[in-house]
Amino acid sequence: MNTTETREPVVIIQNLKKSFGDNHVLNDFNLNVYKGENVVVLGRSGTGKSVLIKCLVRLLDADEGEMKVFGMSITDLKHKELDDIRAKIGFLFQSSALYDSMTVRENLEFPLRRHKHKISKQEVDALIKTALENVALAGTEAMMPAELSGGMKKRIGIARMLILNPEVMLYDEPTTGLDPITGREINHLMLEVQRKFNTSSIIISHDMNCVRRTANRVVVLINGKCYAEGTYDELKNSNDKNIKQFFD
Amino acid sequence: MTKTFEPLKSFFSEVGGISIFAGRFFREGFLPPYEFNELLRQSFEIGYRTLTLVGVTGFIMGLVITIQSHPSMEAFGTESWLPSVVSVSLVREIVPVITALICAGKIGSGIGAELGSMNVTEQIDAMEVSGTNPFKYLIVTRVIATTLMLPILVILADTISLYGAFIGVNMKQVISFNLYTNQIFEKLSFSDVLPSIIKSFFFGFGIAVIGCYKGYYTRNGTEGVGRAANSSVVVSTFVVFIIDLLAAQIADILHFT
Repeated sequence: MNTTETREPVVIIQNLKKSFGDNHVLNDFNLNVYKGENVVVLGRSGTGKSVLIKCLVRLLDADEGEMKVFGMSITDLKHKELDDIRAKIGFLFQSSALYDSMTVRENLEFPLRRHKHKISKQEVDALIKTALENVALAGTEAMMPAELSGGMKKRIGIARMLILNPEVMLYDEPTTGLDPITGREINHLMLEVQRKFNTSSIIISHDMNCVRRTANRVVVLINGKCYAEGTYDELKNSNDKNIKQFFD
Repeated sequence: MTKTFEPLKSFFSEVGGISIFAGRFFREGFLPPYEFNELLRQSFEIGYRTLTLVGVTGFIMGLVITIQSHPSMEAFGTESWLPSVVSVSLVREIVPVITALICAGKIGSGIGAELGSMNVTEQIDAMEVSGTNPFKYLIVTRVIATTLMLPILVILADTISLYGAFIGVNMKQVISFNLYTNQIFEKLSFSDVLPSIIKSFFFGFGIAVIGCYKGYYTRNGTEGVGRAANSSVVVSTFVVFIIDLLAAQIADILHFT
């Protein structure tokens, strides 16, 4: 734990509050994420885990609190600056969110064309090829999302994140809905991405296999707050019944 | 008491929501960046893919209206006026409204379902984090494409319906194509064609705005997608008739009658 604290955090979340009507999903939530680490946010369904990462890319506006990515306050950014920051953040959606009407190639090309306006066709081809090789799905460029399995969709989703070389990765329940073998492959891929690109990640999950395999640090979200944090083993050995319920 | 006013409240809230949405279209639609490629793609999807349906329907309308009108006109001894009377009613009213209703069914529901499904599967969120303004990319392009394509479809349906009417006229009497077209253009004037084309732009705009609004704000998963598609058709059908009513009044005030 000490090693991480001496490093500069790439993501700082302080006193984050978000409510939907009377439902206070995040209530003074705090979290720092350091360079090159995978932080898993663990919590029951409906506790605001996905809301947390959606606030971080301003898909949702926080009610109160401070969120900094690479030292820049997300809440104060203008549209152009926000887009620049978003280019450094990869977001894997729970449903993969591949564009149905586009081929795999077009899905990968879409963020490239949006963020890199002066990019040649050769460069696009090379980046797409590399991104697909990174997720072991070379040769699927012409396929439509409807032709892909759940695991393949997740991989393409990760390839679409990687194509802009993000420094921070946000994974929203990456293994939900996948069989254990495919889930393991996705976990392995997330670790490979972390090792290869030295990315920092926030992984939202309640799949304990995913937590065990991918987490450098686990944060338990209960009642909108960071209830506990530590390594997987530290939390697993905890006597607190609220924490133990996740490991039983 | 509160329950009595609930439908009224929901109606005004819906009208308010659609108005704000249309206002956002005007605010964002004319500012760069422009999505020309997507606009062309949408124009192709909306225009080209509706062409056959509108064409066939136009032909049937022309044929049926002529066959139905023939006995009454024969009874009044005005059979020779059939081409001109039918062409005026087709071009002024029947073809634009029926084409708009077909488009409300096909294009409106298509837009509602597509955007609704993109919404519930987080594709719209994914687009936003990819540095794209989803409103410009998805909404502005669809609204402009439908607004531009509907008048073209109406002109096409007008033309085909007149061919249908020619066949209808020839089922009961023999009339040459030259005489038929002469009779049509003798009665059909600029003031018949212009209002119908102008109102088609508004039909297109109304259908697209409602389809986009319903799809963009879809909630409750796949059930919501079905509901969005369905209410897109219902509301835009209603709006087509409202626009038609207003257009008839305005045309009357401006002496386009």
